[in-house]
Amino acid sequence: MGINRREFLRLAGLSTLLGLGGKTAFELLAPGQLEAQQYVPEPGAFKAKRWAMVVDMRKLDEKTAHKCINACHLTHNVPDIANPVNPAAAVSPEEQVRFRIKWLWKEDFHNAFPGDEHDNLQEKLHHMKFLVLCNHCDNPPCVRVCPTKATFRRPDGMVMMDMHRCIGCRYCMAACPFGARSFNWRDPRPYIKEVNLNYPTREIGVVEKCTFCDERLSKGQMPACVEASGGALIFGDLGDPKSKVRDQLRTYFTLRRKAHLGTYPQVYYIV
Amino acid sequence: MDHNGNYKNEFGWFADKPKVPKKLFNFKAVFIGVVIFVVLVTSPLWKNLGQIIPGPDPQLNTAAIMKLPEKDRTCVESKEYMRANHMLLLGEWRDEVVRDANRDYVNSKGKKYLASLSNNCMECHSNKSQFCDQCHNYVAVVPNCWGCHWEKEKEKKQVAQSEAK
Repeated sequence: MGINRREFLRLAGLSTLLGLGGKTAFELLAPGQLEAQQYVPEPGAFKAKRWAMVVDMRKLDEKTAHKCINACHLTHNVPDIANPVNPAAAVSPEEQVRFRIKWLWKEDFHNAFPGDEHDNLQEKLHHMKFLVLCNHCDNPPCVRVCPTKATFRRPDGMVMMDMHRCIGCRYCMAACPFGARSFNWRDPRPYIKEVNLNYPTREIGVVEKCTFCDERLSKGQMPACVEASGGALIFGDLGDPKSKVRDQLRTYFTLRRKAHLGTYPQVYYIV
Repeated sequence: MDHNGNYKNEFGWFADKPKVPKKLFNFKAVFIGVVIFVVLVTSPLWKNLGQIIPGPDPQLNTAAIMKLPEKDRTCVESKEYMRANHMLLLGEWRDEVVRDANRDYVNSKGKKYLASLSNNCMECHSNKSQFCDQCHNYVAVVPNCWGCHWEKEKEKKQVAQSEAK
């Protein structure tokens, strides 16, 4: 003989109560049973709604540009394929171009802003070397095509690379209209003269690019290039109306690279 | 065989009387084959029979660890936890740091550590070939950390066989 109706309802009610309140009761009665492991940002980390950079070409001369590039490449162990540590690892001139790893580099006006040039361009633009890098687009095509989500857009607008997940398919390189991504055709280590032991290198077969120095920002430091630029590069939060980048964008006319493509690049140029 | 005493094949055509093989298999040949197969497959066992292969013996006596006072000589979690789960913990660190920018790890006792392989683990365990490679070689696993991350080992005693390229 089974249980009667009254008994069944009583049991059902009790088990519902236990199910709802059981976990809370356990935590109250036996604290410390749960693991307290958690992850937090570093204490002095910079936070932003939307990171962006302004490149002030009026202040950026050739020497400063080199300083910025060197600072970036030293910080991130970016290999110089043209100048291997051991001469035996040298590659042919064509391969030097093809294998080149670019995080931050110089470009002529007609290469940096194709379509914006014309026959009778302002004289100074012919001589300017624009400092170009990953634009950390608001609508990043590289992120859309990545099959493993190795490249992704952080909530603060940074387009990040997760080297652990990169399978080296190079879709992102095809998608990026700025050529800001480079593939490691070779093991990069033999091409790094001075190494920064606090930052990893990359491996053969992964794509890399500028990361807006996320590892420095999380320690409360400005990006390496910004620090080395002496004010020619301005970095900050677009979401903060009082920030220096917003101030620059409000005051001066700025250009963006290939804005017509709709990727919403977030590196602005004052010419 | 039909009622006329004729054999037919599967299509209904006249055919010869089906041949019945005398033996299903040649027992002698098969037996020798099986013996050779078993010996070959188990040969690594026979080869190492009687040999004593020393187990891994990772050392914790690096300069950085010895400098610490006795009671502070603990890893980010207990020894038992780390032994069983260090690979899972490192994987978790990797995801938290790269994808969520959470660079600090608060352990189960509430103490905070920098979640970094090269900049935290390897600072104490600066004897990678001794500390990491021994066990990894012993159990034949090939972690691919070191293609990118610096091992920060001053004098390398042996190259990890699992990573020899």
